[in-house]
Amino acid sequence: MNELGSILSCGAHVPRLRLQRSAIAAAMSWLSPPGRGNARGTRAVGNWDEDALTMGVEAARGCLAAAPRANGDDPDARRSEEIESLLFCSTTAPFADRDDAVMLSSALDLPPSVDTLNVGASLRAGTRGLITALHGGNRALVVASDARLTRAGSSQELTYGDGAAAVLVGPPADPALATVLATVSLGSDFVDHYRMSGESFDYALEERWIRDESLLKIVPLAVADVLLAAGVAAAEVRHFILPASHATSQRVALACQLSEARREQRVLLECGDAGAALPLLMLCGTLETAAAGDLVVMVGLGQGVDALLLRVGAGAAAFGRPLSDTLERKRDEPSYVRYLSHRGLLDVDFGMRSERDQRTAHTVAFRKAAALNAFKGGRCERCGTVQFPQARVCVNPECRATDTQVAHRLADSSGRIKSFTEDWQAYSARPPYSYGNVEFSEGGNLLMEFTDVEPGELKVNDAVRFVYRVKDDDRARGFRRYFWKASPA
Amino acid sequence: MAIGIKDKVVIAGMGCSRFGERWGQGPDDLMVEAFEEALADAGLERDRIEAAWLGVFFDEQNTGKSSLPLSMALRLPNVPTTRVENLCATGTEALRGAVYAVAAGACDIALAMGVEKLKDTGFSGLPERTKGTFEDLYLPTSTAPGAFAQLASAYAGRYGYSIPDLKRAMAHVSCKSHENATRNPKAHLRNRITAQQVLDAPAISYPLGVLDCCGVSDGAACAIVTTPALARSLGLRDLVSVQALQLAPSNGVEMGHQSWDGSHTLTTPLAAARAYAEAGIRNPREQIDLIEVHDCFSITELVLMEDLGLSDDGRAPHDILDGRYDRDGRIPCQIDGGLKCFGHPIGATGLRMAYEIYLQLLGRAGDRQLRGQSGRGPSIGLTHNLGGIPNRNVASVSILGLLAA
Repeated sequence: MNELGSILSCGAHVPRLRLQRSAIAAAMSWLSPPGRGNARGTRAVGNWDEDALTMGVEAARGCLAAAPRANGDDPDARRSEEIESLLFCSTTAPFADRDDAVMLSSALDLPPSVDTLNVGASLRAGTRGLITALHGGNRALVVASDARLTRAGSSQELTYGDGAAAVLVGPPADPALATVLATVSLGSDFVDHYRMSGESFDYALEERWIRDESLLKIVPLAVADVLLAAGVAAAEVRHFILPASHATSQRVALACQLSEARREQRVLLECGDAGAALPLLMLCGTLETAAAGDLVVMVGLGQGVDALLLRVGAGAAAFGRPLSDTLERKRDEPSYVRYLSHRGLLDVDFGMRSERDQRTAHTVAFRKAAALNAFKGGRCERCGTVQFPQARVCVNPECRATDTQVAHRLADSSGRIKSFTEDWQAYSARPPYSYGNVEFSEGGNLLMEFTDVEPGELKVNDAVRFVYRVKDDDRARGFRRYFWKASPA
Repeated sequence: MAIGIKDKVVIAGMGCSRFGERWGQGPDDLMVEAFEEALADAGLERDRIEAAWLGVFFDEQNTGKSSLPLSMALRLPNVPTTRVENLCATGTEALRGAVYAVAAGACDIALAMGVEKLKDTGFSGLPERTKGTFEDLYLPTSTAPGAFAQLASAYAGRYGYSIPDLKRAMAHVSCKSHENATRNPKAHLRNRITAQQVLDAPAISYPLGVLDCCGVSDGAACAIVTTPALARSLGLRDLVSVQALQLAPSNGVEMGHQSWDGSHTLTTPLAAARAYAEAGIRNPREQIDLIEVHDCFSITELVLMEDLGLSDDGRAPHDILDGRYDRDGRIPCQIDGGLKCFGHPIGATGLRMAYEIYLQLLGRAGDRQLRGQSGRGPSIGLTHNLGGIPNRNVASVSILGLLAA
């Protein structure tokens, strides 16, 4: 059997905040007749400082951290330096014209030689990116992420969720998490939903029409093709990944003769439909439970269908639980109104302090790109002191040597809270604005913003890790800035 | 080795406007108000001023840049004027400029003016401002209370205090200053408060409540300085001299190096040690009669008692609750109400502190005049500013004393 390539590692990021669907339904119950369905489970909602890019960074970091090294045992080899291609797959990338994939690459500190590509314009972007990478034959990181806005009261508000997944692929390797045996792609301009450029919300068509006229027709076609290409019978398939609701996927599975295959269901129940990231998140979940040798059919949908046939490899035995971990790292968002505000769906009066001008000096931002995007400080080669930002003169009062520092990435370090406050005076999209002094595990100190914390949770000496987040939005000029924040470890 | 500034320059006269929400007055009105008082105090004509320094911090929503607002408001006779700005140490920097000029012999009579018009901001608290084009891209958009509140969690952690215990000492800091300000007709906040009110006040930045924070005030204060010889020739008899004027700015350690633990100000002990040396003070706890420190927030005053060497490390909460810094304590602190209640028009604050020490040393402080341990009244006072935030700041310490006849 031909092998197209291997899946070497996976990462998942589902935002920590979860809205109970029943809470959404209750808040909007006045709009609908009693007994409105779909109110089971939770919907993952990004914190105010999360978007498709920041979620993608998190998923990619998890994927890289779990990845095997290409050149074997060299402990100094950085996994990120072995990446040859980076694909960012999203329908909600923050910039329409500024390379989101290059931003992702800088945040991950990948070398500038990495071949970057943005894949969008369809929910099939995640599987399109995966197939493109597999056919490229490179060691490629595929990051799919979506954070789609939904109109209050819409059915999408109940079913969508924010999330990201990352998959590292490479040439056939052993052991691998999985080997891809065949892929099939079919295009079809079927308008199940659409969103024109510049618009905020999807316009969705009738679900039964979509099921009957599209899914039940083209998915079995693509699945049959991909099984045929690999010479595999449907009965041999153990797992079926289909980004559709439970009821619909039951019907589709039956039509594909895959009723006996297990279908991943936690993502839709706990996170929601994460758009381009959904099939990849489901893949993460599937690989957590699959056994070596299992066959998996994975489908992506959106103006057509992608189908991939995978065979789970020996590497799956040592696979972590990236989906379970991110799903279990959760906090109930008790305020539907606050969620609306975070997504810009409610015009809240944040007071005069929020009027602060956030104009960026782009000359500075470019000059300091390594510090701001990749969170690189300096390490003095004379005294060893780590410091942020890197400076001409060492900050160590016992050293103060000039031009002795080399870049030192802090993003993957850990830290300890030295002091903190919860500031109710400062503007924050999610008051109180929490910040404090953080000491890095290798030394050095920085006054940092905390994120993903609730009032009363911060404590001196608590451990933190660092996450790439939205720093602020320049509403006057339509520009978004990012920087690293400290988050409970 | 330089011998320092001690006793080379004396204060010929001082003035201070009423502090508060001076809705009807602009910075020019406030400067004239302080200047008229100082001129009358010194018994001088305006045109005897040979050089002047203006301290103002938030020029963006206040006077605008340069020293021209001073020269124009007072219609000075085109003498050299200079604007200085060094965060909350700005007023003391203006004084340093004027004192150094007289000490250098560059002029005989110089004016130091500090002014701030904060209540044109449009909201309570301090105006929003940039921290620098690069800093804005990575530092939190912290507020002053949030940046100083850091001291509380770090101090409590270092010395094993619970936050509620620490807050009781902090509450006493605020109550004491409110009590003192009831005797000060120029103070912004002149109401008595209870510790319970402080503890129950609305949160600003954990663990600071609104009554842990100083007033945001408009005001101006100024000093006319000269040589001892010229002062005597003007007929001034009791003279307050500058015994020390020292400054210690951060060099980045607090922001970037792990050696600072965040529970104290790194710079204040440095500025204090230099000032004590310059003034010849060997035992500040015994020799200093009263202090005006930078109590922008209650926790700041608390840690400063240790940073100035007046309380042992980790003991300030006990000393404060024991009344050591109360009006009738061993070292009265903020006898005029301090930043907390006299108010904190930033550019004026350092000079306002000097104004109070000056009045107290001359026995002219009215209802709030200190009698001192011996009944002779105080003879040496200290002022301290902490400009900026604990993570990066400018500490200034000045010592003023009665000049021996």
